[in-house]
Amino acid sequence: MSASESQIRGPSTKVRQRHLSNQAITNMFIWPTLALLIAMNVFPLFYSLYLGFTNYSAIAQKAPVWVAFANFSKILNDKNLWQYFATTGRYALMSVSLQVLVGFALAMLVREKFKGGGVLTTLILIPMMISPVVVGLFWKLMYNPTFGFFNFLLGLADPSKSPDWLASRFAGHPVPGLALLAVVIVDVWMWAPFVMLLVLSGLKAIPDYLYEAAAVDRASSWFQFWRITLPQVAPLLLIAILFRTIEAFKSFDLVMGMTGGGPGVQTELISVDLYRIAFLGQFRTGYGSALAYIILIIIIAISNLYIKYLNQSKGEG
Amino acid sequence: MSSFEETGPRIPVVEPTRVDKVHPRAKWGKSIRVILTVVVTFIMIIPVLVMIMTAFKSRADIVTPPPKVLFRPTLEGFLYLFTDRSLLSPTNLQAARANPGELDYWQQLALNVGQKINGPSDYVGRLKNSVIIAGTSTVLSVMLGLFAAYAFSRFKIAGKDDLLFFILSTRMLPGVVVTIPLFLLYKQLGWNDTHIGMIILYTVFNLSFSVWLLKGFIDEIPIEYEEAALVDGYTRLQAFFKIVLPQAVNGIAATTVFCLIFAWNEYAFALMLTSEKARTAPPSIATMLGSGGLEWSAIAAGSLGFLIPVAIVTFVLRDYLLRGVTFGAVRK
Repeated sequence: MSASESQIRGPSTKVRQRHLSNQAITNMFIWPTLALLIAMNVFPLFYSLYLGFTNYSAIAQKAPVWVAFANFSKILNDKNLWQYFATTGRYALMSVSLQVLVGFALAMLVREKFKGGGVLTTLILIPMMISPVVVGLFWKLMYNPTFGFFNFLLGLADPSKSPDWLASRFAGHPVPGLALLAVVIVDVWMWAPFVMLLVLSGLKAIPDYLYEAAAVDRASSWFQFWRITLPQVAPLLLIAILFRTIEAFKSFDLVMGMTGGGPGVQTELISVDLYRIAFLGQFRTGYGSALAYIILIIIIAISNLYIKYLNQSKGEG
Repeated sequence: MSSFEETGPRIPVVEPTRVDKVHPRAKWGKSIRVILTVVVTFIMIIPVLVMIMTAFKSRADIVTPPPKVLFRPTLEGFLYLFTDRSLLSPTNLQAARANPGELDYWQQLALNVGQKINGPSDYVGRLKNSVIIAGTSTVLSVMLGLFAAYAFSRFKIAGKDDLLFFILSTRMLPGVVVTIPLFLLYKQLGWNDTHIGMIILYTVFNLSFSVWLLKGFIDEIPIEYEEAALVDGYTRLQAFFKIVLPQAVNGIAATTVFCLIFAWNEYAFALMLTSEKARTAPPSIATMLGSGGLEWSAIAAGSLGFLIPVAIVTFVLRDYLLRGVTFGAVRK
């Protein structure tokens, strides 16, 4: 709106003095956020990039020594690390896809208003309100083969004939992957409500007339789901998937609380190993920083793919 | 119109519509849905129920197989959580039991497990720190996020996609590694183990999430509303505060709850950047576990007490969370 235009209109004569240009408002609105993020994230980012090229150790009283690409080449040739990456990928894939399925189903269930529906929805949200480290520790108690509730409620009361989840054993025989599955179950229990909440806000935003039109056209509910519900919810669903995937790749508290990476290295996620490298034993800060950068690059690559898809689906809608 | 009313849609309407004729199948569908929801909700909160039970169990009841649903409730867990105790030597114990004197409920409880209360535990102060740090940082990150989200949603910004991606990317670096440089930075500023340091850290920690989530909600508000207001002589800022904010209230509530949960439960940063003055509750619950035997009832009691405030906030805001964005006639 130009100045002359606003002079014509009644209320704006008073307002004109406070009238800010869109550019000024934009700057005012985004710079506090950007400044904070730059100070608190970009600085650490560059500092740890530098550390990634050194042999710095946080507990040694020595200044960092430049070692060029030694850390990176060591990481890229480490078979164990690639195994942990694969474990993390499996974990992320399993838990995010299950979270989406369960979360979507939950949202469809509580979508329509009924008496007490609000209370039930709030109850479903409880798992994600608990601190992940506490959840991990507490589920250790749940999974306990002798006095835990998990097997007991599954009807597997006899410890000699039932799975010992966190030890990856079933009736005394090792079953690789059971411990990872146990962690996935807890992660899904905790975060499916998050997906539900985002999907729910998407569902409520679908205008009724779309369904009315579909009903008038005698579209089946199956058709309505695929052609109305899903496309309308897709943007929020993809945001949920994006955040959950990033979190899954960084997953740390939960696994530390439950298994500490064990048994053996079966649940050794990459960030747990990173913690071990950077903060335990020799405190190999430099090596850890280099590994963190490789993790970051992988996460950025995956997120980029998602965001491309997100924009694409928005363009279609 | 009349011919349509006579025939109605041939296929029963199972989805919510304003069409008047609803097939009986839809009604049964609804009761089945309600029952299913109740069952699923119950299954989801079983672990929470177990946590509540564990908080009131005695040490022996917790580790006896098979797990007990019925038990004699005790407040031992809360005793372990809120007090600092020492073990009495057998002779002192006998003396104390022989001559109980004036004992309040908690001292009696401690005596029953052979211990003496020395004073309150650190947990109370840490709970207070959690309230200050999580509360302030949540308000800050939602406010800043709202402004930024609005600007990103409505204005032309050079390199917008790159900036948005930058904001998101700040969340991708594993926290463990950001901590080392931050620790060194905070040491320079004298911010280690201070409230202000943790508040700023958590604000930033939540900002990317808050910007992205709120932008999603604001994108959904039809731009026509503001355009109409601008035509009527509102300034941009007035349009933002009077038109957009009330429309975005659901999004704001949802974002607030998420930010609060993240800040309230954060563990890794608090563990590494605080020690005494500004330490929050999660690392404190976790260290309780570290000391030899796991005190399950204290863990459960601590988690329960820690869960209740967030649960209350969510419950209070649930209408905003669940109402969803309703659209008027104007839609993109």
